[in-house]
Amino acid sequence: MQDDPVIRVIAKVLIPTMMLFALYVQFHGDYGPGGGFQAGVIFAAAFILNATVFGFNRGRHVWPARLNLMAITLGVLLYGGTGVATMVLGENFLSYNALSDDPIAGQHLGILLVEFGVGLTVAAVMVALFFAFAGRVSHVRLLNKTRAHEKAQAEAKGTAND
Amino acid sequence: MGFIIDATLIAFLALIAIAALRRKQLFGMVMLSGAFSLVAATLFVVLDAVDVAFTEAAVGAGISTVLALATLSLVPAEEKPHSIAIVPAVLALATGLLLSVAVSDLPEFGAADAPIHNHVAPEFIIGSEEKIGVPNVVTSVLASYRGYDTLGETVVVFTAAIAVLLIIGGWTRRETEITESTEDDHAG
Repeated sequence: MQDDPVIRVIAKVLIPTMMLFALYVQFHGDYGPGGGFQAGVIFAAAFILNATVFGFNRGRHVWPARLNLMAITLGVLLYGGTGVATMVLGENFLSYNALSDDPIAGQHLGILLVEFGVGLTVAAVMVALFFAFAGRVSHVRLLNKTRAHEKAQAEAKGTAND
Repeated sequence: MGFIIDATLIAFLALIAIAALRRKQLFGMVMLSGAFSLVAATLFVVLDAVDVAFTEAAVGAGISTVLALATLSLVPAEEKPHSIAIVPAVLALATGLLLSVAVSDLPEFGAADAPIHNHVAPEFIIGSEEKIGVPNVVTSVLASYRGYDTLGETVVVFTAAIAVLLIIGGWTRRETEITESTEDDHAG
């Protein structure tokens, strides 16, 4: 699909728009529909569109595998970490009131942090799953190629021995 | 008016489900399952559950379809021929029948005196404004009142992803062996 100018141009317009919309859904979840799960999926969709249009390698280049794994873990850590922080501050696990002197401000901060953790994990997981499947295709092709090559080599050896 | 919209959407759902079942090409099935999710999302909007509709549209119609398409490149294009499985069909029909009988025992849709609206819901609706200050009650329930559940969900997503990546993520010895052997071919 890299060669089609229409798809390329539309993708280049769509990708940043999707990311911006994902951030809006992420941080506006307190006031409108949306939140971490939806925002994470939309954010991942932008990366998946990038990889489908511009190819697996360029897509992976934008979000490398190591960074991807770190993001998956970091999201869960941010969520759990917020809970541990409230415990350290003397409240129950995930009681956001402890995060600030004003309970409502504490609740806002806590919700913002855990929703961001959810968004980070979901986005990274979706991208990782897509690349795992897409990478599997090249893996299987490589496997078949190697098998065919080994077979051809074995046959060549057989005829040489004759 | 509401009845016509509901009936049309549910009829669409049934039609899409039957069409998906009758198809042999897997590509068509994946597309139909995406369409099913999109119609289901519309149904959730009609039910005023916009957050659920949003999730259904993004996950069910969007990402699931993309992942299924990615899987399609690894499997044959058509479904294997198989006979109708009698026992599962009877079980599914019996469960459906039982559920439709049970529907008559449910309180009327949207009834204010339904038990579910009088347990913890009033406290959440009032508390969301007074104690949390978040206008979207879904967010305050999800992230604050039911923060433990959402933490659990996030960990489930995390665990599932780790499992999938361990199985097909490509961090295997076999892959390095293959890459090395093909590189040798090019050198030779």
